[in-house]
Amino acid sequence: MPDADHRIYLLAGVALFALGFYSLLVQAHLLRRIMALNVMSSGVFFVYIALAAQTSGPIPDPVPHAMVLTGIVVSVCATGLALALADRVQAATGRVELGDDEDAAAPSDATPVASDEHKGKPSA
Amino acid sequence: MTAASAIALLILSPLAAAALAFALPKRGRALALGTAAVVGAAIVQLTRAVLAGGVQTHRVGGWGAPLGIDLRADGLALLMLMVTAGISTAISLYAQGYFRSGHDDEAPHRERYFWPLFLFLWTALNALFLSADIFNLYVTLELLGFAAVTLVALAGKRAALTAALRYLFVSLSASLFYLLGVGLVYGQCATVDLASLASKAQPGPTLWVALALMTGGLIAKAALFPLHFWLPPAHANAPAPVSALLSALVVKGSFYILLRLWFEAFPALLTPGVAQLFGGLGAAAILWGSVQALLQARLKLLIAYSTVAQLGYLFLLFPLAAEREGGFVAWSGGLIFLGAHACAKTAMFLAAGNILHAAGHDRIKDLDGITHSLPISVFAFGMAGLSLVGLPPSSGFAGKWLLLNSALAQGQWWWVGVIFIGSLLAAGYVVRVLTHAFTRVAEPTTPNPLPPVMEWTALTLALLAIGLGFASHWVAELLRVGAPVIGPGLMGGTAS
Amino acid sequence: MMRRLPLGILSLALLAALSWAVLSLPAKPTGLTEASLARLPESGVTNPVTAVLLNYRGYDTLLEVGVLLLAIVAVWSLRRGEWPTDDLRDRPLLLSLLRVVLPVLMLAAGYLLWIGAFAPGGAFQGGALLGGALVLAILGGRGRRVLNHERLLRAGLVVGVLVFATVCAVTMRLTGGLLQYPRGSGGTWIMVIESAALISIGLTLGLLYLGGRPTGETGNAPSQNPSSHA
Repeated sequence: MPDADHRIYLLAGVALFALGFYSLLVQAHLLRRIMALNVMSSGVFFVYIALAAQTSGPIPDPVPHAMVLTGIVVSVCATGLALALADRVQAATGRVELGDDEDAAAPSDATPVASDEHKGKPSA
Repeated sequence: MTAASAIALLILSPLAAAALAFALPKRGRALALGTAAVVGAAIVQLTRAVLAGGVQTHRVGGWGAPLGIDLRADGLALLMLMVTAGISTAISLYAQGYFRSGHDDEAPHRERYFWPLFLFLWTALNALFLSADIFNLYVTLELLGFAAVTLVALAGKRAALTAALRYLFVSLSASLFYLLGVGLVYGQCATVDLASLASKAQPGPTLWVALALMTGGLIAKAALFPLHFWLPPAHANAPAPVSALLSALVVKGSFYILLRLWFEAFPALLTPGVAQLFGGLGAAAILWGSVQALLQARLKLLIAYSTVAQLGYLFLLFPLAAEREGGFVAWSGGLIFLGAHACAKTAMFLAAGNILHAAGHDRIKDLDGITHSLPISVFAFGMAGLSLVGLPPSSGFAGKWLLLNSALAQGQWWWVGVIFIGSLLAAGYVVRVLTHAFTRVAEPTTPNPLPPVMEWTALTLALLAIGLGFASHWVAELLRVGAPVIGPGLMGGTAS
Repeated sequence: MMRRLPLGILSLALLAALSWAVLSLPAKPTGLTEASLARLPESGVTNPVTAVLLNYRGYDTLLEVGVLLLAIVAVWSLRRGEWPTDDLRDRPLLLSLLRVVLPVLMLAAGYLLWIGAFAPGGAFQGGALLGGALVLAILGGRGRRVLNHERLLRAGLVVGVLVFATVCAVTMRLTGGLLQYPRGSGGTWIMVIESAALISIGLTLGLLYLGGRPTGETGNAPSQNPSSHA
């Protein structure tokens, strides 16, 4: 079992992960779901840093640190992509939620919708 | 070209091509075809090296695991690389015809972004199949997921956008589960290298939970029942070449990682109970997916549910190959089936794309008489269906035959029933489409014109799915190199 | 509401399993600290994290730079960028802040890049500062001409991946191994890669904030609405 010092960080990390996962499942608003994913990834990074801090040695283990750096970059990219896509979904459906599979029965794609509408004012 | 440079080229050339395709939009297709040539040459070299010298490992940077990252080419990796290269080359040929023949203003925009996204997808797949490091696999999974999601959204219509966003949510959360699992593995074993894990991993709570996390994420990405819900809308609403890439290749990437994890890194944790659980979920996927496919009104949704069903067959590999001595028949059978499915499903989606383009819709009951206008595409669909159902001499038959034999030889006769019912249901939904296609109509409607390359690529892939059945013995011998399971092949062959 | 209960129970079960796993980790893990420090002299840098990022696990970094480019390509394929439309004459404080802060940020980004070889820092850290500077510039309505010049942007965005891939190819030629720097020149190659990556990372992060392709798009631009042309 890890030391008391490190236990708290490891448990905090997994708690964030579980909390983020719960929010992802339960929340309907797209922005909240994207934030839930960010909370989940913060939890994972927390665990990695705690693992790095635990190791005996003159410095913390640099390998998990580098992994977290990579993870943060990937996470930022994911968030950027998710936001752009969520904006397109909102523009196309008028709602800020994902519907429940009504799209499975949507009519076929003979005439596609225009790729994006330029909004006059950006949303705040 | 040495094995090391072949491995490097397999990753660097699609990556550089992707960047160039973004910087120079007009050169997209040329870059894709150029990549196909380079990748093809690299695969030939690597295959020679593997067949002559066994598994080829490259220690990137010279550091070596566990500090560095290792890239490894064995029979399995090569098979996946070959399938990827074949399908991607066909898609490169198909795509230009597809986007150029679009009637709408959006088509040039879509074509412009298709090429870099497609080339990133190819990079991700090649990197995934060659990687022997579970953290590196996370990065390749993310690369793969982003490219796939954006390609789905490229269709632009509302159904595609919502399907893409749902896919993105599933993909991102699944990746995070996987990443947390990797962290726990590192915390326990101080390594993330597949080969070192085999010796350092001891069953215990941490590893069980870590493996459960990683598996959970991967089966969501592989759309195994019951986490398959995101697949049908995404594959059905994406542009046709994208649907083909997704069904044939992207979902197989996560399956491949599952094989590596359970058979190479943590074989001690692959207990019979776990193996049967995988098989059970696979069986549920086969039955559920096939029944759903029968009930669909739209052609592309039918094909998408068929993918859900066919992926179930792959998971039958777990209970059948877990028998480490003598499991090779199932191992080769499952993987041959994977290749067969990739070719056949691509052919089906391309044919469906042709039909959609020509007829303007994909409602199955209104497809009467389509053979008159698209004989080649319908023929391609039929041949692909043959392989999907598993009739000889197709490669689909070869794969299923090997799985059946393995099930009978090990006394796991319950999978035999599942395979038979699955094949019957597949015949059901394939015949349903063909019946409509072959129905004569009094006055056939004039179809929209279609570039010939679109039809011919579909046909070539369908014929490949059939013809590769003849090459299954060679494929099995290739798979033997570095395989984690041993045993005689079906026709005898060497027990290694 | 009804969904929340089973999902809540599922999440609690997940939390329980994860806690059990985490509490079962070894008490004094070994990690790879020793190995990283032992081979540090061969790497050409003295900061261990940079050594992991650009030497030991440099291949991960190559793919990661690829992910960054993919993200901006993806966002450009989805949307057009949006500039804030506030009238900046109402914001004199912001403008004067920008005049001071932007050059400082750019300088700091360069400093972080340089110092990454022997202290915390490097291309990603510097790139983040550069990205932040771009975001500030966008908020202040500055840099519109550059940030709408699509060809220039595309060049800046791909330079990271292309330089990294070129270095891989060249070093492969020289040593026969992927990302295997010739003995003694590791530090130089790393600086080359990181400098190119800095530009791409900064641009990518700033442009992700803009949220889409430049509005002055040339070439086959789709029409924004049926009655106007882009």
